[in-house]
This record gives sequence, C-alpha cells and structure tokens, in this order.
Amino acid sequence: MDEGLRSELSKQGIFTITLEGLYNWGRRSSVWPLNFGLACCAIEMISASMARFDLARFGAEVFRPTPRQADLMIVAGTVTKKMAPQVVRLYNQMPEPKYVIAMGACAISGGPFKQGYNVLKGIDRYLPVDVHIPGCPPRPEALIHALMTLQHKIDGQRLAGPDRPRHLRAEAPSEFVIPRFGAHDLEPPQHPDVWQPPAVIRGES
Amino acid sequence: MINTVTEHAGGAASSAGNLPGVATEPNFAITPKISGDGSREGELLEISMGPHHPSTHGVFRMDVVLEGERIVKLKPVFGYLHRNHEKIAEGISYLGSMPYTDRLDYFCSLTNNWAYALSVEKLAGLQPPERAEYLRVITAELTRLINHTCLIGFLVQDMGALGTPLMYAFREREKILDLFEALTGARMMCNYMRFGGCRVDLPPGWLEQARRVVDNYPRFLDEYESLLTENEILVARTQGVGVLPARLAINAGVTGPMLRASGVDYDIRKVDRYGIYDRFDFRVPLGAHGDVYDRYMVRVLEMRESVKILQQAIRGLPDGPIMDAKAKLRNFRPKAGEAYGRIECPKGELGFYLISDGSPNPYRYRVRPPSFINLTILEDMCLGQKVADVVIILGSVDIVLGEVDR
Amino acid sequence: METLEQIKARIEAALPGAGLRLIPNDSPANQPSLLVDNAHAVAVASFLREDAQLQLDYASNVTGIDWPESVRKEKVKVKKVIDGVEKEVEELIEKKRPGFLEAVYHLYSMTLKQGPVILRLRTENRSDKAHLPSLTAVWRGAELQEREIYDLFGIVFDQHPDLRRILMWDGFQDHPMRKDYVEPDDYEYEPTPHDKVLEKAKRHYASEANR
Repeated sequence: MDEGLRSELSKQGIFTITLEGLYNWGRRSSVWPLNFGLACCAIEMISASMARFDLARFGAEVFRPTPRQADLMIVAGTVTKKMAPQVVRLYNQMPEPKYVIAMGACAISGGPFKQGYNVLKGIDRYLPVDVHIPGCPPRPEALIHALMTLQHKIDGQRLAGPDRPRHLRAEAPSEFVIPRFGAHDLEPPQHPDVWQPPAVIRGES
Repeated sequence: MINTVTEHAGGAASSAGNLPGVATEPNFAITPKISGDGSREGELLEISMGPHHPSTHGVFRMDVVLEGERIVKLKPVFGYLHRNHEKIAEGISYLGSMPYTDRLDYFCSLTNNWAYALSVEKLAGLQPPERAEYLRVITAELTRLINHTCLIGFLVQDMGALGTPLMYAFREREKILDLFEALTGARMMCNYMRFGGCRVDLPPGWLEQARRVVDNYPRFLDEYESLLTENEILVARTQGVGVLPARLAINAGVTGPMLRASGVDYDIRKVDRYGIYDRFDFRVPLGAHGDVYDRYMVRVLEMRESVKILQQAIRGLPDGPIMDAKAKLRNFRPKAGEAYGRIECPKGELGFYLISDGSPNPYRYRVRPPSFINLTILEDMCLGQKVADVVIILGSVDIVLGEVDR
Repeated sequence: METLEQIKARIEAALPGAGLRLIPNDSPANQPSLLVDNAHAVAVASFLREDAQLQLDYASNVTGIDWPESVRKEKVKVKKVIDGVEKEVEELIEKKRPGFLEAVYHLYSMTLKQGPVILRLRTENRSDKAHLPSLTAVWRGAELQEREIYDLFGIVFDQHPDLRRILMWDGFQDHPMRKDYVEPDDYEYEPTPHDKVLEKAKRHYASEANR
C-alpha cells in the first residue's frame, strides 16, 4: 500500500495493516522467554530484565518457568554434556512457534571452555538457533539488541508460500532427538539434520 | 510421576566400567512407618527437583523422597555445569587461568581473582605493594556488598516476593558494577588481579565516585531492612527453619556466613590476616540459632561491616606502585613445590591448591569451592522440613553453580 | 602451632608402628606434608582431631593427584676401572618411580584457629590397587570431595558412606583428571586452530575436503 495514502488515512484516524503484519506484530510484541539460565550469562539476562535495562518494555516481561507457556528459549551459559539432554527435552516441550537465542560464547561454540571433556561445543549441535549473541558475557544491551533482531525476523515471516516459517509447515519437525549418555560421550555427538561442520577455507599452513 | 517406594536395597553394582562393590544407585534404604496392625502407613513420593526449576540457583538437582509434604531423604545431584576448569588449567599457563577464575563464582569475580593470585604469590614468594593491597581490599569488599545484597534478593524471591527486593538489590548492584567497569573494563568478569599486584591503577575520579556509593550504602541498607527484617512473613518462614548445629557445621567443613550463623567465630580475614585486613577495625557478626533467619541477619550485618572497612580503606589509600617489582610477567615458572592459599570470599573459604613442577603450566590446580562443601549437610538441614522450606534453605546456603561444579 | 616434626614425633609416640614420612616442600610457601600409610590413616586422623593441643576439627580441602610412572635420570659418581686405573666417573643412571594416585588433606583447627597440617595418602598403583581408607567418619566435610576424587581419578575410598559418581553421569566410564585420559573427538569445526587443537582438527580435514 502506498505510504503516503497510509499516513493520510492514519491522520484521519483510519489505521491499515495487512493480516500478516497484524499476526506478526502480535507475536513479536509479546515474546515470552523461558526462565532458563545456566551459568554466568544468566546473571546478565537477569540484569537485562531489571530496572536499568528493562526487558519488559519489549514485551518480554513475564519469564515463564514452564516451557509449555514460553515461546523463546534464551540458552544463557555453557551447555554441558550432562545438561544437554535436558535442554533438548525442554525445547521439545515448548509449543510452536518457538525460537532459540544462543547467548554468550559458550552457547554458540563452547566458548572459553571449548576444550573441556564435559562441554557441549555449542547448543546448535542439537537445536536450530535463531539469533547468536557473542560476548562473554554479552552486555544486557546486547541481549536487548538480539531480542530486537528476533523481532525483526518475526516481522519478516510470511503466512503462506514456500518460505513460511517452520510452525506453519506440516512436514517440518518441531521436536528433536534427545541425546543419550554414552560411555565416553553423548550419543549422537551432534544431530546430523541440525548441524554440519561448516566448511572453512584455509590457506596453506 | 508417582513411584511407590517401598524399600530400596543398598547400592548394587550394576553397569560395567564401575569397580565392583561400588554403588551406582543412591542408597535410599528407608525405614517405613508401620501402623498398629503391621501394615505400611501411606506411600512415599519420590520427585526430582531440578535441574530446571524456577527456584534453584542454577542447574542443580535434588532427588527428594517425600512423606506427604515432609522430606524423608534428600540426595543432591551435581555436575550439570561441570566445565572442566581444573583440566583446562593444566594445559595453559598460570596467568592464562586467571580469566577462568572469574567464571567460577560468577557473581563475585574479584574475590576469586584474589584467592588465585594469593595462592600463586605463596607459591612463588611474591609480595604485592601496599597500594595494590588496598585496592584489593576495596574491590573485594565491594564484591561482598553486591553478593550479599543480591543473595538476600534471591532468597526473598524464593519466598514469593516475586522480584521487588531483587529489583532494589540489582539497582545498587548496577552502581557498583559501574565502578568495576570503569576500573577493570568489564562488568562481571573483571580479571583484575595479577601475581604481585593489580593490573591497572585507578582512573581519575574513581575514588570520589566510590566514596559516594559507599557513603550512600547505609541508607539503602536501612531501606532494605525496613522492608524485610521485621516483616512478619519473613520471620514466620525463616525462624526455626533449617537449623544447623555448630558441631556438625565444623565437622562438615562449612565456612562463611553459614558457619557464623551457627555461632562459630571463624572468619579467615581475622584468622589468617591475609592482605592488610589486620589494619582495619571491623567486627564479625555471629548468629545464635543457626536457622535461615540468622543467616539472613548475619549477611545484613556483614554488609554494614564491609561498609566500615571500605570507608577506612578509601580514606587510607596510599600512593605508590601497584605491581611487585620482582614479578615476572613473561616466562613465569615458579619453583617446583606446592602451596595452598585461601581467602574469605562472600560465600565462605575459597582456596586454591597448586602444585608446580617448574614448568610454565601448573601440574595440579585444585579449587576448594565453598558452595560445594557447604552443600554436604543440605540433607541434614532439610530432613523433616516441608518442600517449600527446602527451597528457602537452599537459598540460604548461597550456592553458585559455577563454583559447585567448576 | 608446633612444627610438623614435633607433630610427627607425638603421633609416633601415641600410635607406634604408624608409618609416617615427612615430605618437604621446596616452594616459598613453606607447607611440608606428612605421608601416612593406609593402614593407620583413620587412627592418625582421629588422633589429630581429638588431640588437645591440635584439635584439627576442620578438613578444609581434599585433593586427588595423579602421578604416572616416571623415569628420572640422575648423575651418580661411580668408581670404575679404566685402563687399569681406578677412576671416579659420572654415570647417568635411570631411576624408575612406579605410578600411584594420591589424596591430600588440608586440616585446620576452628577452635584453636591454627593450621594447616597436610596429610597425604598414596595408593599402591594406578590400576587395580587404587584403594584408600575414607576419612569421612572423622571429618564429614570430606564426603563430597572424596566422591569427586573417585569420579575424576578413580581412587576407591573404602568405608565411604555413599561412593558414586558426582560430577559426570553414572554411565561414564573414564576418570577424566588422569594424565592419560583421552577426551572424545568433537573438534570438527575450528575456525582458528593452533597447537594441540590443530592436531585434533586435522583429523577432520580430510572428510571436509570431500564435502
């Protein structure tokens, strides 16, 4: 719709929006995070919801303790191999549409603890991640920026067509395989549909 | 899920890979209550609280067996944040482990740094200059303030206050984090101490701002206390709950405010007199009953004593260098030997045991975590209490999972 | 507080037959330790706790250490006959020290505010005889720490009330803090590998090139 026409109408008190825009605006203005903090980044997440940084003005006021009522899982902190099955189980229990923010270096790739035998090298080995926030720990402003990025992403999602999001496609999986405790490592060490090691182009070394 | 638990046989060695005779199942041998005609009365409910639970302080799990609402058996399960700090430290140099110590007790990163720097200075025979010692005391006491304030906020949130005292606590915490960021460059992971002193000196204006924050702190504490100390809900829910007798506390290796709330006068700042703590005039608050209310009051009083220490330290800060002239920054190879250094961190006794074999990496690097050892008697404190009280008792133990699991 | 030699003498007077050895400590920390043989460990621990002058009622830290088998070359002066003349020659001999696991206890006294006294217990070898007596009956604070040593090092503490894995999951099979532990190989993606990490990542390069 023509922007000039739209602003003219709104001056007269008539607001126009597409159905898609209304649907996405409702969803992205009330993203409810799951109360899920693992380690140090959780403290910055709590700081972001406190008085100075105030996540509540973005709609993320209520941190739900139960996954059944949440639609955003902020994986804040190191995911260890002992904890990984519980993280995937919680993700499976969240109803669609659901989003994952990997907060901090540890959730993206293992972070400073990457050489640990009990550290999962990134939660994206088992779950599809929407936004990654670098930092150790990322500042609360960075978390707010990530939430705004997620909101832009939700704004751009279509209701119909081949590029519609996962929760509108019947064949896309919404539950992922929970890893089991093996004798030396998790089994499987990563989920092959979710994560493949990205190709790195190296010079001659 | 409800399990009818009748009797569990003592641990049986099941899976291969564990040595024979070693238990793999927790030993839940319980004597069930028998009523008059010899039949079992009631059923026991076995639930797992955690690792994801709105009121655990991190990923911590407790397997509890309940009879109605009362706890009959409680076994904590650790390891959900085991990040292999000790193994990683064997592969990097001494200085390389310093940022990892920030992430142990991620609430109080500066006291962790000090404990590690103290242990390495004992190992290598270094002595920081006076100004560095004063800076260490100032940053450590500021850390103690944020830890105790936020802990009380979390404890009261577990009781159902739903965040209001926590909001007040985090408001004050932000003021102190501004100070840390101006001094060290980071809000939480400060990485400030070095072996032989501190990393950078104070920026201009820092001391005035610190003085302002510290002088305003007693007013904030008065506001905090007027909301909480005589609040009838707090008093009713915490007095007489989770009592820890002094003898058990000493034998179980409990340290910190938990120990002092049970009446034992042991504060490492007074006992070891590390740093320059013997120059400051402060008292050590002790509790009389050892319940949750005493632990809360001990922490409030400790905050007031910390404010006193801070005022004395800021007044008496001398000029001078901040690093020991003998300290080597590159190629640091301490002589072969071992050392155990400990400080009074806000949670208890934080110690580092280091064994050096003359190479740049430590041979054995061990963290003595106060939160982990304070959890030894969690079961003893919780037996006979209700489920809601368990959450409060856990809150009063003051655990941070980064330290418990390392 | 009395020195470690005096404490050792008093323990030997009270418990004759206890095999004690003083282990010196070369670093400036000046914290020597006392090696106790396994048969008398609980008795020595009880003595240290109950003795009126020491009253070591607080076990602060219980650590496990892995000492794998090591070979040490020493220069020794040996009398040898060379060309009919007896001469003193320096020879390099190899001293082999068998591997063992160790548990170190740091003890303090809360009533008398003194310490530390450091005890060491050694196992016979690193494989089948890695057993030590548990001191949990003397100091309850050692309970969780001894479980951690069992989990990460593999020392079995006899008479421990509840010996099971604490930090790793129950089905885990190795003892990760040992010096010869090989960690699982999940280093497929390394954007800036270097040193040992480069070795581990190179194993995955061949499969990457095929993609």
